[in-house]
Amino acid sequence: MKPAPFRMYAPHTVAQAVATLAALEAEGQHAKVLAGGQSLVPVLAMRLAEPGHLVDINGIAGLDSIDVSSAGVRVGALVRHAELLRHAAANRVQPLLGQALNLVAHATIRNRGTTVGSLAHADPSGEMTAVLALTGGSVTAVSVRGEREIPAAEFFVGPLESSLAADELAVSAFFPAAPAGAGTAFVEMARRHGDYALSGVGAVVIPGRSGDEGAPAIDVRCGFLSVSETPLVLDLSDAWAAGEDSVMAAVRAAIEPQDDIHASADYRRHITGILAVRAIREALANAGNGQGDEQWEATA
Amino acid sequence: MGSNGMTTSLGQAAQQAVPGETRRVVELTVNGVHRSAEVDVRRTLADFLRHDLALTGTHVGCEHGVCGACTVLLDGLPVRSCLLFAATVSGHAITTIEGLGELQPDGTTKVSPVQRAFRDCHALQCGFCTPGMLTTITAGLAENPHPTPQQAVDMISGNLCRCTGYQNIVEAVLRAAELMENPDAPLPDEGFTADEHAKGDV
Repeated sequence: MKPAPFRMYAPHTVAQAVATLAALEAEGQHAKVLAGGQSLVPVLAMRLAEPGHLVDINGIAGLDSIDVSSAGVRVGALVRHAELLRHAAANRVQPLLGQALNLVAHATIRNRGTTVGSLAHADPSGEMTAVLALTGGSVTAVSVRGEREIPAAEFFVGPLESSLAADELAVSAFFPAAPAGAGTAFVEMARRHGDYALSGVGAVVIPGRSGDEGAPAIDVRCGFLSVSETPLVLDLSDAWAAGEDSVMAAVRAAIEPQDDIHASADYRRHITGILAVRAIREALANAGNGQGDEQWEATA
Repeated sequence: MGSNGMTTSLGQAAQQAVPGETRRVVELTVNGVHRSAEVDVRRTLADFLRHDLALTGTHVGCEHGVCGACTVLLDGLPVRSCLLFAATVSGHAITTIEGLGELQPDGTTKVSPVQRAFRDCHALQCGFCTPGMLTTITAGLAENPHPTPQQAVDMISGNLCRCTGYQNIVEAVLRAAELMENPDAPLPDEGFTADEHAKGDV
């Protein structure tokens, strides 16, 4: 179908964009921000939503930068998935970015879809929402009231719901660097390559990091998609120390998958346990291959 | 708050708000030619090409970004034209299936290597998905001129075809890569070609 009629706004600066959003909110109007549109436009085309106003931010200069430092990667609101995927320095600092971006839809969608836009869409089956949660990243939002940084744990409120206010614009997201010596991996299972995943797991492992007596030798954390209402992160260090069966049991107890036409909740619960073990194994192999040793140098 | 100086009073902010529009003049370079039309802002690029510019080679299938039939090149990169509003891409360059061939000095158009490969390998039946396949593969081979069979499969994984079972399309990707390197590359022995069918050899 065709989207319902709307008014389009084309600001050239962030100040104009947030002023427009504020003015529309003051009038009680329903407005949406349009960046890549790869999630929003299908929603409009199927008339699942009919906002009367679209604020198109594609004409705003300065929102398309990828800033890499030893602390992490800051991604502007107009950076397309494909650009971040190709960015070698960003992927050296945080390899989870590329590992997950490879699984975001199809290449054609990645050419237009933006990473920050998919975060703002807050789909719990989105790969980048899981990566932001797993890495403990944040989203920077601007409104006429000022700027604030929203940690991932506070950003995702529910399925397709973020804590962005109606008059706020997400201008960038920050993904912290992988810790020194860490290995990462991202695996998922989908009916067809490029489809929404039935389940997916990202893993960050840090071998030999714990100095505490009796603490697990390997720090293991996993982030999950498609099996909870908001991105779920679990510390599986103790479970991994107890063996792979313990990991599967811990994962299956913690997630809350739903039935849909693609898979039953039980099936999702089953494969998520297996995927978690695969992700951890792969992350450990990557740590062993020196993935975590090749750290970004700020002077490079 | 306001660490970057963006905080303004609400009065100042109201002055910065931009007006909304329901119609917009869209200007695009389509297949190397400057085109413009005034359209509704909700006009998708796919409908803009088909209805306003009469370029009906771009096909509209699912209208929500799943089937890939409407794929065109935006500044050289494949995108779904049903998921873009024409107004959003004003000022950019678009290549559609009508622009894939090479214009010859005598005014005729020579089919591109990818188009030739589709004919050589019989890579279409009903033809509905073909415009999206051709644009996707053209961009795919520009990025990776020597794909493996698996990479050829990956290249077209976002495009649905309900006729062929994809085998001949994958062959056409590999054949196109061959033709781009050597326009005179002979056809492989196995398999039937369109010419053989025409001659009644099979």
